[in-house]
Amino acid sequence: MKIIVAIKQVPERDAPLRIASDAKGIEERELQWAMNEPDAYALEEALQLKEKHGGEVVIVSAGPERVGATIREALAKGADRGIHIVADDLAARDALGVAQLLAAAVKPESPDLVLTGLQSEDLGLGQTGVILAELLNLPHASLILQVEISSADSPQAQIKAKRELEEGWFQSIEMPTPAVLTIQSGGNKLRYATLMGIKRAKTKELRTLDATSLGAAAAPVAVLDKITLPQKKKSTQIIPGAAKEAAATLVEKLKSEARVL
Amino acid sequence: MSVLVILEERNGKISRTSWEAAAAAQQLAGTNPVIAAVLGAQTESLAAEAAAKPFAKVIRVEHALLAPYTPDAFTAALRQLIQKESPTHIVFPHTYQVRDYAPALATRMGQVLLGDVIAIEDGPVFTRQLMQGRLNGEYKHTGSGPCFVSVQAGAFRGSDDAGPQQTKAQIELFRPSLDPAQIRTKPGEPFRGSAQTVDLGSAQLIVSVGRGIREAENLPLVEELAKALGAELAASRPICDNGWLPMERQVGSSGQSVAPKLYLAVGISGAIQHLVGMKGSQCIVAINKDPDAPIFEVADYGIVGDLFEVVPALTEAIKAAR
Ligand SMILES: Cc1cc2nc3c(=O)[nH]c(=O)nc-3n(C[C@H](O)[C@H](O)[C@H](O)COP(=O)(O)OP(=O)(O)OC[C@H]3O[C@@H](n4cnc5c(N)ncnc54)[C@H](O)[C@@H]3O)c2cc1C
Repeated sequence: MKIIVAIKQVPERDAPLRIASDAKGIEERELQWAMNEPDAYALEEALQLKEKHGGEVVIVSAGPERVGATIREALAKGADRGIHIVADDLAARDALGVAQLLAAAVKPESPDLVLTGLQSEDLGLGQTGVILAELLNLPHASLILQVEISSADSPQAQIKAKRELEEGWFQSIEMPTPAVLTIQSGGNKLRYATLMGIKRAKTKELRTLDATSLGAAAAPVAVLDKITLPQKKKSTQIIPGAAKEAAATLVEKLKSEARVL
Repeated sequence: MSVLVILEERNGKISRTSWEAAAAAQQLAGTNPVIAAVLGAQTESLAAEAAAKPFAKVIRVEHALLAPYTPDAFTAALRQLIQKESPTHIVFPHTYQVRDYAPALATRMGQVLLGDVIAIEDGPVFTRQLMQGRLNGEYKHTGSGPCFVSVQAGAFRGSDDAGPQQTKAQIELFRPSLDPAQIRTKPGEPFRGSAQTVDLGSAQLIVSVGRGIREAENLPLVEELAKALGAELAASRPICDNGWLPMERQVGSSGQSVAPKLYLAVGISGAIQHLVGMKGSQCIVAINKDPDAPIFEVADYGIVGDLFEVVPALTEAIKAAR
């Protein structure tokens, strides 16, 4: 079966953040970039399905040139080929605008399954996969932890997916292929790229598609106007001093002020 | 302007987050009317509960195919309702269910959902969190069609108290036309994860560890702190995702909700999905090297520093004080 995994490159988790001077984005110059973690889980699920049922795992990612490195990382972990939608204007697109790019690249591939992470660690929109399903006119389910496929080789292949609900509940969802699933973290264990994998990735196909060739971008409906620092509402007592001193002060306060010890 | 709010059911009643969405809808509407809708196969009692609130009217969107929930049925039904009522704004609680269908519904109507909104200002300007709560983004809706908004749990103050309202809102029945062939997914019954052997909900003292701990090999550091305190050990999601601690120790929207006397968060950033599970704690202490970490939003006491220095020092200080 053919599985497409849509992956986003996001700022490295602990990266210090500075708001850009126009307040519409963050300063990108000194940022390090990484694969969005839920997308890494989507990739892992795809690789495991391929190991079980055979077939092909194709990565699609939209963004500027630097995104190529994240696609290579996915190839090094075992994906077969990549499609890079080269777009420098992602920030000017809303969730629909980005999903339209992905849909245009995915459609001609006629995949059996499309996986995405359930949301990105930067914008946190949590919509791309669901919109993609709507644009491709495919059934979908979100917050998926595990995927089982029955009769994978036949056109009647069926998906049984474990979906996370709130507060420690789950349910299973069944649907035909092709379908779109958005993957929640924790359903499986992430693999590392091996040295061999990294070497092989260099020779794997990575096709670039120019975003402008995929149709004009519709005017965004949801527009990010301004980025601000959150205002602190609660006054937290920050305890100063070196570790030892701060620890002693804290214990004293928890005993005599907060009275919780 | 007219605002439609979608209310969800939980254990036979309208959910708390739905009342929060209703409060957001009311704030958005000002003096304009707010219409509420409940969806399901049987909506009579939910509608009656909603009608005690000051809504312009309550609509029962009823069809056998609306239970159990499927994204296809909800999307189709709500699209028909929105076409009939033509509200300018549609407000949802940002639940797992809404995450599952509202983006598709908005797309089908040529719109984009403004999801997980934490504040609504004049304009209207919708604020939502970026970078896992480290920054805020102010969004505007520029489309000509209806504006779809979902609001974060806890961001608006809602209540199921009907107040002094005398008259009840009028209730209308709306029967969408749905065809079984439209529904492409088959949901199963909800089930619980593995058996719970620790009850964090009743713990008085909790030490909770996050990704700041870096590796499973470092866990004894917080285990010793918990032991010195006589506290239960809990964790944020990534720790359980990695299998470093069992999932039953996870605190947050997809784990347990806790309210101890003391919640000591070590190397936890304070993402909303974590905060909803612990912000009811009596006293919250955060140890984090990032002074801007959102966990300090809810903490009573904080130490900004390297946990690998602070935690052993704290363990010693507690032992000394005992
Ligand atoms: C639908 C959904 C459901 C979710 N459910 C849950 C849930 O139930 N529970 C949950 O916790 N999460 C949940 N999450 C995940 C959540 O969004 C966050 O990703 C997660 O809580 C982050 O965990 P963390 O704070 O441990 O890690 P991070 O966000 O990576 O934070 C690590 C923190 O450690 C600090 N740090 C690093 N090194 C040090 C050091 N040496 N000393 C001191 N501090 C240090 C950093 O400054 C940072 O603030 C859910 C997400 C989604 C989308």
